[in-house]
Amino acid sequence: MLTYLARIVLKMLVTFFAIVTLVFFATRLSGSPIDFVIGEGITQEDRALLTSYYGLDQSTWVQYRAFLASFADGQFGLSFVERRPVAEIVGERIWPSLQLLLSSVALTLALSLPLGILGAVYCKSWVGSAVMVVAFLGYAVPNFVLATFMILVFSYWLNWLPVVGNGSAWHFIMPTITMSGILIAGLTRFTRNAMLDVLGQDYMRTARAKGLSEQTVIFKHGLRNASITILSVIGLQIAGLAAAGSVVVEAIFAWPGIGDLLVRSAIVRDYPVLQFGVIAVSVAVLLINAVVDIAYAYADPRIRLGRA
Amino acid sequence: MSQPVLSVENLQIAFGGHTAVKDLSFEIGARETVALVGESGSGKSATALAIMRLIEREGGRIVSGRIMLDGDEATDITALSDNAMCALRGRDISMVFQEPMTSLNPVLTIGEQLCEVFVRHRRMSRQAALQAACEGLARVRIPEPERRLGQYPHELSGGLRQRVMIAMALACRPRLLIADEPTTALDVTTQAEILELIGQLQDEIGMAVLFITHDMGVVAEIADRVVVMRHGIKEEEAPVEVLFARPRATYSRHLMEATPKLGSGAPVLDRTPATVLEVNGLTTRFVTRRGLIGQKGSAFTAVNNASLTLGAGETLGLVGESGCGKSTLARSILRLVEPDEGSVRLAGHDMMRLGRRELRAARRDAQMIFQDPYASLNPRLPVHELITEPARIHGLARPAECRDLAVSLVEKVGLEADAVDRFPHQFSGGQRQRLCIARALSVRPRLIVADEAVSALDVSIARQVTDLMLALQQSDDVAFLFISHDIAVVERVSHRIAVMYAGQIVETGPTDSVLANPQHGYTQRLLSAVPRPDPTRRRRSRPVDMDAFSPGPLAPPVPERAHGRLARAETA
Repeated sequence: MLTYLARIVLKMLVTFFAIVTLVFFATRLSGSPIDFVIGEGITQEDRALLTSYYGLDQSTWVQYRAFLASFADGQFGLSFVERRPVAEIVGERIWPSLQLLLSSVALTLALSLPLGILGAVYCKSWVGSAVMVVAFLGYAVPNFVLATFMILVFSYWLNWLPVVGNGSAWHFIMPTITMSGILIAGLTRFTRNAMLDVLGQDYMRTARAKGLSEQTVIFKHGLRNASITILSVIGLQIAGLAAAGSVVVEAIFAWPGIGDLLVRSAIVRDYPVLQFGVIAVSVAVLLINAVVDIAYAYADPRIRLGRA
Repeated sequence: MSQPVLSVENLQIAFGGHTAVKDLSFEIGARETVALVGESGSGKSATALAIMRLIEREGGRIVSGRIMLDGDEATDITALSDNAMCALRGRDISMVFQEPMTSLNPVLTIGEQLCEVFVRHRRMSRQAALQAACEGLARVRIPEPERRLGQYPHELSGGLRQRVMIAMALACRPRLLIADEPTTALDVTTQAEILELIGQLQDEIGMAVLFITHDMGVVAEIADRVVVMRHGIKEEEAPVEVLFARPRATYSRHLMEATPKLGSGAPVLDRTPATVLEVNGLTTRFVTRRGLIGQKGSAFTAVNNASLTLGAGETLGLVGESGCGKSTLARSILRLVEPDEGSVRLAGHDMMRLGRRELRAARRDAQMIFQDPYASLNPRLPVHELITEPARIHGLARPAECRDLAVSLVEKVGLEADAVDRFPHQFSGGQRQRLCIARALSVRPRLIVADEAVSALDVSIARQVTDLMLALQQSDDVAFLFISHDIAVVERVSHRIAVMYAGQIVETGPTDSVLANPQHGYTQRLLSAVPRPDPTRRRRSRPVDMDAFSPGPLAPPVPERAHGRLARAETA
C-alpha cells in the first residue's frame, strides 16, 4: 500500500512538471502581449522598454527559468494587466469554482448512481428503458443549449432564478444543472453497464443462494464490485469537468471562477495569469486523480494488497 | 427409505420455448447422496437451480411439477412466496457451485461472506457470527481459520476457496446440499480432498447431498444412487453398484464406455521414430515488476530445466496440475514465450537461434490446438477462410486453391464438405475442435501441440476427438505433444508420458510403465487421486501419503505455491 501511494505521488510530480513546461511554451506561441496592454499609437522605444520591463526580450530559456523561479516566492509573478500578484488574482477565483464543482459532483452522484442501478436491476422492464431514454437525452443536449434554454424559461419568462453571479444559493441552480447535465447522462449509462456486468457474475448467484435479501445482494455484493469500475470513470469525468466544463458554464453565467478568468486572460494575453490559471486547474485534475486512485485501492483489495 | 428430504415430482423446466427438463421425478433421503449425471445440455444444472428457485435468474422457468421438502405439501418450492423461499435458501437447502475462482465475492473478506449467512438466518450479532464463521472454517479443515476471516478470495488457492464455499453452504446445517460440479475446476489431487471432505461432513451433519457431475469416476466415488439424464429426460435411476454392474439404459452404457478409465492400456509404437522435437534444459522465468519505478522483482521459474524428445508419429503426454508449467513449456518450445535458457530443435531448426523472420517460417512445422474451441475460432470468418489461414500465411496455398484445400481438410477431420461455407457458431464444441485440428493440419505440420484440447468437451465427444487425433497420426505421421491434467485421457492417446511438477519434468517414460510403476512420489500421489469408475473399489483409505507433495491448505495460490513446494520436497 505504501509503495502504491508513493507511486501515485511520484506520478503526480512528473505530470506536474510536464504540465508546467507545456503551459509555458504553449502560451508563448500566441503572440506578444504588449500590443494588448498598450494598444495603438505606441512608439518603438516605449515598446522596447515595455518588452524588456516584462523580460520578454530575453531568450526563451531565461524566461523559462524566471518562470520556474517565480513559483518560489508564492506570488507567481505580476499580472501584465492588473499589476497585482497572480496568486492573489487566481486565489480569489478558486473558491467560487470549487463550490460550483462540488455542487455539480454532488448532484451528479445523487442522480446517476441510483438511476444507473435502477436501469440495471430493471433492465428488462419499462423502468430500465425510461432510464436509458433520459440518459440519451442528457447526452444529446449540449450544455450551452441547456443553459440558454433554462435562462429563457426560468429567468426571462418566469423570473424565478438569477442569471449572473454567485450571490445566493439560488444562483447555484442553473450553473450546477448545466455543468452536470452531460455528466449525469454519461455516468448513469456507465453505472448501468457496470451493474449489469456485475449482476451476471457467479458470486451474485452465490449471494442469492445464501438466502440474502435482494437488497443486500444488489447493494452489498453488486454495488461494491461495480463501484470499482464506476470509480475509474468518475475520476476522469470530474477531472474533465474541472478543466473544460467550468470554462463554458462560468462564461455563460458570469460566474467569478477560474474558467471565467482563463477566458478573459487568454483574450488579453495576460501570460502570468493564464499560465497560473491553467496550472491551478491542472493541479485540481491531478488531485482528483490521486483521490480516485486511492479510492480505487480502497474499493479493490486486489490493488490494495499489491496484486493486480 | 423413510421420509425423503427432497422429492421432485414431474418437474418440467423451460428456457424460452425450449424445454430443458421433461417430467423429471426423483427423491433424496436423509444422509443419502444422489448423483445427477449427464453431459452438457442434459438439464442437470437447470434442475439444481430449479430446486433453489434461482432458475428465473438464468432466464428459465419452472413450467410444471412439484419440488417438496420433507415430503410436505406445505413446502412445495415451486409454490412458495419469494420471501419464504429466500428464508429457506442457505438455511434448509444450500448450494456449492462449479467455479470456486469466481463464486466468491472478490471485494469482501472471507469472514464477511461467511458472517452474513449467520446474521441472515440465525439472527446472530456480528461478534457471534464471526465466532461461528471461524468454527465453520475449522469444520471444513481450513488451517488458521482466524487469519482466513480477514483474507480476500484472491489470497486463497482454488481448493481452499471451494472449502470456503462449502463452509458457507453448511453454515446453517442444511438438510440438503446441492453440489453442482464442485470439483470439475479443480486438480485431481484437490478433487480427491474435496470429495473426501464432503463425505465426512455428510456423516457429521447428516444432510442429504445432490451431487451433479459429468464424471463417472466421481460418481463411483461418492454416490449412493444415480440418476442419469440426457436431453432433459431421466434415462435411468439405480443404486450406484447396480448401475455400474448392469446399466439398463443404452445411454448409461454409452456414457460409461466413453469415460476414460485409468489402466485400460496405452498405444505402443512398434518402431523407433525419427526425432522431430528435441528440448534440452529449457528454463523460462517470469519476472515480476515491483517498487516505485517497476524494478525487477522476484523471478518465478515457470519451467525449470525441462528436457524431452518427441519422434514422428509419436504422442508424448504431458501431465501435471494447474500452474505446474505445462502450457508455459509448450509455449516456450514455439517461442511464443521467450525461454531464458536451453535449446530447442524442431524439425532440424535450432529454434533458439532463429531470427524473427526465420522463426515465423519455422513455426509452420508446429501448430497448436487450444482448450476453448469457442474462443479459438474467429466468429466472423467462414470456415474455409478460418482453416486455410495458416496455409495462406505460409504461402502454401494460393487463394484460388484455398476452397479445395478447405474441403479436403474438413473431410479429413470427419465433417461434411458443405461445412466450409458455414460460420463457427453453427458448430457444436466437438465440431469446432475438429475445425481447430483441420486448421492445424492445413500447413502439414510435423508437430501438433494440443493444450488441454479435449478438456472442455463432454466425455463421448472428447473420445471421438482423441480417436480422430490417433487416426490422423497414423495417416500423416505427425507428432503430438498432448497436454492434459486428465491422466486417463493421456493414457489413451500417449505412447510416452512426462509428468510435470512445479516447473520440472519429474518422471518420463513409456506410458504403461510410468502408470504401472510410478517412481516419483508426485506421480504416485497423482495416480492415487484419480477417481476410479468402479463403486466396488471405493477409496476408503488413501494408499499413498497424500500429504507429501500436497499443496496443503496452508499454501498460497499457484504459482508461488508450486515453487515453494518443490523446494520443500527437495530438502525433505
